[in-house]
Order: sequence, then structure tokens, then C-alpha cells
Amino acid sequence: MTRPLISVENLTLQFNTDEGLVTAVEDVSFDIAAGEVLGLVGESGSGKSVTAKSLMLLNPDNAVYDSASRITLAVDDKPVEVLSLVSTKDRMIVRGGAISMIFQEPMASFAPAITIGDQMVEQLLIHSNMRKAQAKEISIEMLERVGIPDPAQRFGQYAFEFSGGMRQRAMIAMALSTKPKLLIADEPTTALDVTIQAQVIDLMKDLVSEFHMAILFITHDLGVIAQTADRVAVMYLGKLIEKGSVRQVLRNPSHPYTQGLLHALPRLDNLDAPLTPVKGDIPSPLERPTGCVFNTRCPVSLGTECESRIPAYTTTEDGQQVACFLAEKEGLPA
Amino acid sequence: MSEALISTAGLSVHYPLGRKLFGPPPVVRAVENVTVQIPKGSFFGLVGESGSGKTTLGRALLRAAPISKGVATYSDSEVTYDLASLTGNELKDYRKRAQLIFQDPYAALSPRMTVRDIIAEPLEVMGLTQSREETDARVRDIAARCRINLEHLRRFPHAFSGGQRQRISIARALVSEPHFIVADESVAALDVSIQADVLNLLQSIQQDMGLTFLFISHDLSVVAHTCDHLAVMYLGRLIETAPTRDLFAAPRHPYTMALMSAIPSLDPDDRGNVVKLEGEIPSPLNPPPGCKFQTRCRFAIDICRKEEPTLDQLGLEHDVACHRWQELADERQASAV
Repeated sequence: MTRPLISVENLTLQFNTDEGLVTAVEDVSFDIAAGEVLGLVGESGSGKSVTAKSLMLLNPDNAVYDSASRITLAVDDKPVEVLSLVSTKDRMIVRGGAISMIFQEPMASFAPAITIGDQMVEQLLIHSNMRKAQAKEISIEMLERVGIPDPAQRFGQYAFEFSGGMRQRAMIAMALSTKPKLLIADEPTTALDVTIQAQVIDLMKDLVSEFHMAILFITHDLGVIAQTADRVAVMYLGKLIEKGSVRQVLRNPSHPYTQGLLHALPRLDNLDAPLTPVKGDIPSPLERPTGCVFNTRCPVSLGTECESRIPAYTTTEDGQQVACFLAEKEGLPA
Repeated sequence: MSEALISTAGLSVHYPLGRKLFGPPPVVRAVENVTVQIPKGSFFGLVGESGSGKTTLGRALLRAAPISKGVATYSDSEVTYDLASLTGNELKDYRKRAQLIFQDPYAALSPRMTVRDIIAEPLEVMGLTQSREETDARVRDIAARCRINLEHLRRFPHAFSGGQRQRISIARALVSEPHFIVADESVAALDVSIQADVLNLLQSIQQDMGLTFLFISHDLSVVAHTCDHLAVMYLGRLIETAPTRDLFAAPRHPYTMALMSAIPSLDPDDRGNVVKLEGEIPSPLNPPPGCKFQTRCRFAIDICRKEEPTLDQLGLEHDVACHRWQELADERQASAV
């Protein structure tokens, strides 16, 4: 197997707050190969956005990375230790250089008083040694590529003149114009209507194959994951509790939490199936349960064992990994 | 069909935009010519994309948006109101009978009031109870129905998660014992595991208390599970309405079909069967002539660009507004054989 584009090992991240150290991410490991789409799923507060922001060192200053945490980015076969990048200049490689990010709310990610075009040109000038005229040409080309009609005219307009779907396209155009190796998409379709969501998903799929880019796709929507991802990682309260190929995880969910999520989802293929909520609420990060983080809500908790020890990963032959004692004892369904 | 709690005929909500020196000011037709019946005791779903007018229609039925044209009638076992021309006293009484549950449980609750006070406020404002004891009793009763821990009544909203807050907003809406509830995107801000819990709660309350719900949502899989009737809106128009099962089994309007196929399937091997819609919903300030969907419809022909279709009744409560639905249905049947 070739070296992954980016690998995250034992990422543990705490925030230093007035109420003490709050653990946001604990011992998370995954990697993404070039051209691969990894879906990162979880509810609000599960730590998926914080994990993604770590890759670009975008977490606030009160974030404390554990010393065992490692994030390695391999561009041009030269590995870069992301967490040891200190100066702003060195950090540019993960901030728009090799990694770009698109956000959930495109209105909030564009500056309101600068034209879309100027914002696109600005970042191209920063990340390459192009001249302005060339940057403008490339920006207009990218706007056209993502399906914005009349791109030359749109180039001179402001974000408020774009509709929601169009803004998200412009955001994607901007993120891709620097030709990143990895695109982090944080809930890129959540604020969009379904018909527009379908358009954006299609666009992203085309771009992956065209640019041979890797995507870290963050969403809470399992349907969107099924449509886009190659592999899936499920997070709960800062822990990565299950990962595997999209077929394995959605067809054979092995962690009780993943199973719970799928049971809670309204399905169109069976309108009579009852919706079963995962009981209880996600605990506050200030009161993380001991042992398995899910034990307070787990329908099949084994009691003391789950409450006192942290489950290790059980791995199947095809590489699906689950952190659950039950899977360890009974094995995973083939 | 059971009796309608709410029925409208040609209901329109128009907002004038500014003034012009000469001629009439431009008008946003947020809701145009909507005729719909909401049966008593139903869980009636209203779906559409943003800008389709679903929220405005819901608000007009609560008299929170102005009714510009048409008729809307509310009729329960005690009273019948013409919503377009309520007197002051009637409007006060109508407020007890019709309530709204909001989308965002974080914005809907005052951070400075205890949960008890939040739930009790409608009773006090409407003067529905005579004493503090009576108010407390009703608050406790409704809180228990909404599965709110009674010890939590003394706390403030910041102590609660999204799902718990939404249960508090529901209790507040229900405390005046309304007959008609408009739930506007009430689960859209919640995580799936909690969404299921709130949906189950709404359904059990609806059955226990015999309420009629207008459930506004952009999420088709949610409405498919909760609602017994559905209405689809596009650019202020009602384009199709039917019992949920009929609509999902045989959607007639090309827009409804596109909307359904755009729901991402949970099966990773079922990719790319989407009926793709090009473009976006037009601006209501400058709607296209004829059928409002013609700019994005792949079946559009000349008549669609000239004449606006009316709602055709297909029988079995299934109505559709499309010039070509019959023709298209026949074609589909022919190609299926």
C-alpha cells in the first residue's frame, strides 16, 4: 500500500477553559489516501469539526495537543509533521497550500464587502507566484467549472448577490483553485435544499475524479455519506468508535452507537419502521463518562467492564474496526 | 374524508415592496392562490425548498402573516372563524386554539425565565387560569406529558440540551390546550437520535390530545414517516397534495418526483439515480410566466410557458397542478410494461 496522503495518529486535543481542561478529541487515528473520500460522521459535540480543524491548525490558542498526537502530511513524498509547524509561513502549506476547507455556511465564509473575485484572486496570489491577470483568469475558469453561469460578470459581484447554492459553488471554486491535495468539507450541503444538495454532491464527485483529490467529508447526514464516501469513521464524544468502508459500516454497523444512529433515521424504503431514538442525551464534555464513552446511553452495556475500561479496537478481516467490548467478545458479523 | 379543521380557497399572501411614484409598487407573491383542506386530527405535512412559501402559509393560517386575498376558515366543534376577518376578541380566542412550535429551540426560549415560567406564560397572558396553584397544576400536567422532568421546572434553559429545549417549547405551545399546531421545521436543528425522540413525542401527543398538526419541513424522509397527508409547494404555489403513501407511491408532479429522487439514498450501491434539477428556484419578485416550475422542468412545453396550471383533482384526495401529468403518467406506465 502506498503511503497515505495524510495520517492522523493518536490525536488527543484538550481545550484549556475556565472550568478546567475539556477533552474534545481523544486518541483518534485515521488516514486518507489520495483520491479517497473519507466521511466523518457524528452528532453535534462529537468532535468532528475540531478534528478537521486540527489538520489545518485552525483550533483556537487554548487548544492543547497531547504529546503523543501526530499528524503527518505527505506531499511530494516529503512528510510534514503538521503539529510541529510553528511560524505562520510554515503553516501555509496546511492552510490553503495542500489543504483547503469549505464550510457549512457560505455566507459567513465570504467577506461581505469584498467581491467574490477579489477574494479568489487574493488567495491565489498568496499561495502561488502568479500574476494578478493570470489569477483572475484561473478564478473565472474555476467559477465556470463549478457551473456558475456568466462567470466573468459574477467575478465582480459580492456574496450577497449570490444565492445559497451559488455561494457554496463559489466556495468550492475558491477552495479548489489552489489545487489542494486534500479538501476538508465541513457540512458543505447541510444549509442547502435537497435539489441543490444533489447538484453540489455531483459536482464534488466529478472534481474528486478530475483533480485526484482526497476529501474529508464531515456531515451528520448518513444519506449524504452513503452517496459520497469510500470509507466512514464514526465519532462519539471525541472518540472514534467505528470505521470501515462505507458498505461495511452502513450495512453491518457493529458499534451500538452506529446501530442506534441508523435506527433513529427515517427510511424511505420502510415507512412503517418505528423511529428508535438513542436514549438519553450526549453527555457534556465536562462530564465525560469513564470507560467506554457511550456506556451511559448504550442499550447493550455489559455493566462494570464498560464503565471502567476503555475498549480497544476489534478488527475484522476486511478492515472494519470497532471499539466495543461486545464486538471483542462475540466477534463481528461477517 | 373527515371534516376539515382548516380550509382555504385561493389564499394569497402578498407583500408590497416600497413605493413607486407612479403605478403600483412591486409585490412579492409569497403565497399565491392556495386551496387546501387540513382534516381534523391529521398530521399534515407541508414540504418545499426555501423560498417556496411554506412558512408564510403556516403563519397566515395562524394570522401571523397578512391574508391578502382568498378565504381561510377554521372550524372546530365549538367555533367557526373566517381567518381573514377576525375581530379583536375572536383573534384573542383564536390564539388559544392555534399555536406555533419554532425551529430553533435555542432562540425560542428566554434565557432569563425558568422553565416553569416559560411554560406558564401563555396561561397568564391569556388569563386562562384563576390562581397560581391552578397554573402550576397545568404546567406540571403538560410538562409530564412532554416528558420533562418536573424537578427541571425550576431551572433555566441554558442547562438543557437541544432535545430537552424542544420539549420545553412543545409544552409551552400545548399548555393553552390548542386544537391546531403549526410546527415549523421543529426537528431541523436536532441531531438524528434526538430528532427521532421529538418526532415520536409529537405523534403520541397528537394522538392523545386529538390535535391537528401542520408540520412544515424541508426533509422528505421525516415527513414521510410522521405525516398522513402531504402538500408540496413551489414558489408560493401548491403544486401537489395527497395522502403520504399515495404521494410516495405515485408522485405526479415533475417537481415532486425530482424532490423525492434527490433524497440521498442510504444504500452506497444506489448512487446516481437522481433526476437532476438544473438551476435554482426563481426569485418570487420576478416569477416566470405560466407554470412556475417551467424554468427547471425537463417536460416543459409551450403551454407550460404560457398558462399557469390549476390544481386537478385526481380523486382519492390527490390533487396536482401540472398541464402534462396525465400524459406523463401514461408514458411512464407504457415504458414500465
